[in-house]
Amino acid sequence: MELIKEIWHYYEHNGSYVLSEIFRHFLMSAYGVLFAAIIAIPLGIFLARYSRLSPVVFSIVNIIQTIPALAMLAVLMLVMGLGPNTVVMALFLYSILPILRNTYTGILSVDKALTESGNGMGMTKFQLLRMVELPLALSVIIAGLRTALVIGISIATIGAFIGAGGLGDIIIRGTNAADGTAIILAGAIPTALIAVFADLFMGWIEKQLNHETKIKRRNRTA
Amino acid sequence: MLKFENVTKVYKGGNKAVDNINLEINRGEFVAFIGPSGCGKTTTMKMVNRLIETTEGNIYVDGKNINEVDVVELRRSIGYVIQQIGLFPHMTIRENIALVSKLLKTPLDERNKRAEELIDLVSMDRSYLDRYPGELSGGQQQRIGVLRALAADPPLILMDEPFGALDPITRDALQDEFKDLQQRLGKTIVFVTHDMDEAIKLADRIVILRDGEIVQVGTPDEILRTPANEFVEEFIGEERLITSRPSLETVGQIMNDSPITVHEDVDISETIKTLIDRKIDSLLVVDDDNYFKGFIDIEIINRYRKENVKVKEAMVTDIFTVKEDRLLRDVVRRILRQGTRYVPVIDDEGKLRGIVTRASLANIVYDSIWGEDEDVVLQ
Repeated sequence: MELIKEIWHYYEHNGSYVLSEIFRHFLMSAYGVLFAAIIAIPLGIFLARYSRLSPVVFSIVNIIQTIPALAMLAVLMLVMGLGPNTVVMALFLYSILPILRNTYTGILSVDKALTESGNGMGMTKFQLLRMVELPLALSVIIAGLRTALVIGISIATIGAFIGAGGLGDIIIRGTNAADGTAIILAGAIPTALIAVFADLFMGWIEKQLNHETKIKRRNRTA
Repeated sequence: MLKFENVTKVYKGGNKAVDNINLEINRGEFVAFIGPSGCGKTTTMKMVNRLIETTEGNIYVDGKNINEVDVVELRRSIGYVIQQIGLFPHMTIRENIALVSKLLKTPLDERNKRAEELIDLVSMDRSYLDRYPGELSGGQQQRIGVLRALAADPPLILMDEPFGALDPITRDALQDEFKDLQQRLGKTIVFVTHDMDEAIKLADRIVILRDGEIVQVGTPDEILRTPANEFVEEFIGEERLITSRPSLETVGQIMNDSPITVHEDVDISETIKTLIDRKIDSLLVVDDDNYFKGFIDIEIINRYRKENVKVKEAMVTDIFTVKEDRLLRDVVRRILRQGTRYVPVIDDEGKLRGIVTRASLANIVYDSIWGEDEDVVLQ
């Protein structure tokens, strides 16, 4: 009980600071995922076309994923210096695998009969991608973004060590304070909440973009 | 309309799928490619819209060499229906039907009108246009699949076993509908199938392929009556060969017209003597005016032997019969499938005219295999 009061007390006195760190934290994660999506989605589509290359690319991307987050940040810091850009870069690297893998499998799992009939009716490669493959793979691709975003939000926490700010900043303050339990929690709880909400939100989008949901929803209103 | 000129396809690894095919298909003709799997029928068809490229030789559509036409334009000008149907699940039926028109940049209202016209053709309600493929049965989906191929009004349509995945009843209905549609619209159809019944029913001409080569080309009648070689005969099947024999057309011609009968009012015990005398194990039961009533066999007789019952009380009445004027080709298979040793033949009024035994059917089968002359000794 005492603890909740203390956390509340912290928020009352540092309200605007906490809000700006939440915002900053979220932005870092979102940028990392966004940049990764810009690279990984086209790459995934490309790999689905030339799947002979996929083992090579996937093993490289897998290696990136095995690097511990702290080590990754430290190495990137050597190159890019301190600050949020380094964290965004790290999140970018971590987001590539889930997005790439989901795009790749999403495109490849489109029924061969559908691509054949698309081809047979005279769609160009681009039309086939835009009208058939992407719409059908979309919910799987979004699921990849969702995984990447949740991972990103948790990893962004340690960005505070290299001066990037974010909710990790609050947690570190707590560990440095003499009796910092309340402060640690004041940082940790919003981090978890952002992750949960991001997950729910992306899950909702994923469902909306699935064509089967579209049919169900229309039948309910009809 | 469509012409194959020395067309050959060799796959990577040297596997020759299609070997020097020459064939000309006229406008409005319905041509079925048939053969065992791996005979090159699908490959041959897919070379027409260049889903598979030819290795050698030329294919002409409307006099134009397909290799000199842009592949996308070519495909848009040829209808294409596949066995797996391949309707796009994320598009409504309307969008699916109108897709090729959309690719051809037909205005939206024209596309919608066309979709409505087309769905009327297969007598489905227009409300289906706003549904999604997943909400339709397999038969309805393939109707839409056919409509989609018709949407841009292509003169030539390629079909790859379009009814192969449907249940027999739906398949039958769709075949009838489609044949009717094809004749009304005057489309040229190239149809791949492995089902001889389907080919005979639908096609104007049948092309039989084996190992990438054409074995025989002809109308269904020509192929049934003069199969080019043993392979074709085997492929057509014995049953169809019998049924296509010109001199044997009705059940009446092959039946035994003096079956052994017993009157319905006779006592069971009396029938035993007849059975022993004639060395048979069952009897057909008739009444005073020779109306067919049922049959009685040795098992039934054995069961009622000690009781004093008349034949009509013990006989089996639920029995498969055929009319004497039925065409053989329609009933042979059903008779064989019944699994009974014989089938009573009756006339329109229900009077007993004769009996067809499995043995007499077997005789015709043997004759058609060994090609004996047509005066078959029956009985």
